[in-house]
Amino acid sequence: MAAGQSIKPVSDALLEVKRPPVPRSYGQYIRWLLLFSGGVLMVMPIAYMLSASFKYPFELYNLNLIPEEPTIENYTYVLEDGRFYQWFINSMVIAVITTISNVLFDSLVGYTLCKFRFPGRMFVFIAILSTLMIPTEMLIIPWYLMSKSFGWLDSYWGIMFPGLMTAFGTFLMKQFFETVPDDFIEAARIDGLNELQIWWTVAMPLVKPALAALAIFVFLGNWTAFIWPLIVTNDQSLYTLPIGLTTFSVEQQVEWELIMTGAALATIPTLIVFLIFQRYIIRGVVMAGLKG
Amino acid sequence: MASVALQNLVKFYGKTQVLHGIDLTVADGEFIVLVGPSGCGKSTSLRIISGLEGATSGDVMIGERVVNNLEPKERDIAMVFQNYAIYPHMSVRRNIGFGLRTAKMSKADKTARVDEVARILSMTELLDRKPDQLSGGQRQRVAIGRAMVRDPAVFLFDEPLSNLDAQLRTQMRLEIKKLHQRVGNTIIFVTHDQVEAMTMADRIVIMKEGRIQQVGTPQEVFHLPANLFVARFIGAPEMNILKGHWRDGLVFLDGVAPFKSDVSSLLKSQPVLVGVRPDHLTVGGESPLFAGTVNVLEPLGSETLVYVTVNGTEVIAKASGRAPPAVGDVVSLSASAEDMHLFDETSGQRIT
Ligand SMILES: Nc1ncnc2c1ncn2[C@@H]1O[C@H](COP(=O)(O)OP(=O)(O)OP(=O)(O)O)[C@@H](O)[C@H]1O
Ligand SMILES: [Mg+2]
Repeated sequence: MAAGQSIKPVSDALLEVKRPPVPRSYGQYIRWLLLFSGGVLMVMPIAYMLSASFKYPFELYNLNLIPEEPTIENYTYVLEDGRFYQWFINSMVIAVITTISNVLFDSLVGYTLCKFRFPGRMFVFIAILSTLMIPTEMLIIPWYLMSKSFGWLDSYWGIMFPGLMTAFGTFLMKQFFETVPDDFIEAARIDGLNELQIWWTVAMPLVKPALAALAIFVFLGNWTAFIWPLIVTNDQSLYTLPIGLTTFSVEQQVEWELIMTGAALATIPTLIVFLIFQRYIIRGVVMAGLKG
Repeated sequence: MASVALQNLVKFYGKTQVLHGIDLTVADGEFIVLVGPSGCGKSTSLRIISGLEGATSGDVMIGERVVNNLEPKERDIAMVFQNYAIYPHMSVRRNIGFGLRTAKMSKADKTARVDEVARILSMTELLDRKPDQLSGGQRQRVAIGRAMVRDPAVFLFDEPLSNLDAQLRTQMRLEIKKLHQRVGNTIIFVTHDQVEAMTMADRIVIMKEGRIQQVGTPQEVFHLPANLFVARFIGAPEMNILKGHWRDGLVFLDGVAPFKSDVSSLLKSQPVLVGVRPDHLTVGGESPLFAGTVNVLEPLGSETLVYVTVNGTEVIAKASGRAPPAVGDVVSLSASAEDMHLFDETSGQRIT
């Protein structure tokens, strides 16, 4: 205890060290205010969605966040409606396949463009980049005509094919593979791996953060995609969740509380995806195997 | 194990020629060091041997085979890179075992092999660590382990020690040399550090601007440098070079009594450059060549470097560590005739 006693003053002294007061100017307050209102703006719709999903229709147009008569009837209704599961599964299958496809093929193309020198490389790269400049809306008609003539309307494939690879993902992965030193790749080549094995066992693990980011983007993008799935599907059983949710509105009247409930349920998978992948984003691993 | 032969290797990158016809034969089990200033084509030569790079023309032979068109993995070589290139996402064990992935061995044999390599490199306790939990020297050892595990015919090292601090470098230098004595594989080792070259090599290959300047044992390149470049590159401090003139078996240096030189190949009287290493130019001695004034002293402990101005040219000589001259002293310097090198003034070639 004597030792403890003798140490105490030291720690007291440490605790007493006063931080220099943060200078607070008006500019600082204004910045906080802006950030705060930005935060409120972003959180409000979500808060309203959650609160509406627990309300009866009579209360819906009150902006109070806490329902006066909270109910879970909306949830039981949505969850008992078999269509919800069908749409959920459709969305899930499409988002998962597209995500896997993007992670694999965007990185394969990005890797090739980054690490191999071949005639026409720049041409391919620029061609891919230039598709980034074309807005999706302009592509919808060609996609539709294409789907129609190939008989892809009303099919998973029809919904998925435009997004199976993205120019953005390819570009992102190419830039990330630039950070993988060539020595790693050459060492693996000497160790006797073929190029596909090198890509998979050496290069891919080194760009995990980028892959995770890409996976999140692609998953969210496809999970929430609206226009294209709406256009390409007529059959209700092929609707994705966002399209399906809107049909809650067409029967007799707009049933917002049900839409909000469905939307609230639909955010759960995106939260899970984000929680799974975001930890990879934070860790940068590439440098640890090189000189330290 | 195998010999390696390079025959008239030429390499162009676009329009720039990087290798101008490299001819070299490395004996089976030999430790060869390629040394030269930055950009002289050492790495390029090594990469061509490894198969990572193709030569523009010329042949590479490993053992009895011409390997020009073989993939790196078919050449029975292993390479250690300057920045180790061990995979950060794999444990030490997996890193070392990586080269065995494609080998046709049972899993138990592979594990045994990795364990043996780890034991040789005394890394057994580190096998389960990740690279970011290792020191620089340990990482380099992992990289060497990964090369060793396949027991290749030829080891290629590209400046493997240059990222280590001086003390560790000395230690690893010795370890690699011992390793070579133990496993006996052919080693081709690239460095730009002439001390590394001298201490490790069976034979040294000195390169400059894509051409081999001299191939020889450390003794040969030190005592019989083929030209001025080699003479200056090998040995520290650098060899003293003085302008002189050869006539009738005598060398005349400015303001110095002529001394005898029985160089037979010189027929007519001609200007020459005279080289003498600081190690061989001693203060005092029986047959003084010339005298000069001491400018600066650099005590190194066992000996002292003495900077002496002789006729306006500064030369470096060695004096004893215990009783060096003082600055301002006029001292006489002597060297034996066999330590005096004559070079052609225009071509820089050694005159024999
Ligand atoms: N991919 C390349 N494209 C064009 N020129 C290159 C390439 N690789 C190397 N060179 C050039 O070839 C020459 C030899 O390079 P090399 O890497 O063999 O030198 P080095 O002797 O290993 O030098 P260092 O000691 O700096 O490693 C240099 O002038 C370099 O600029
Ligand atoms: Mg090099």
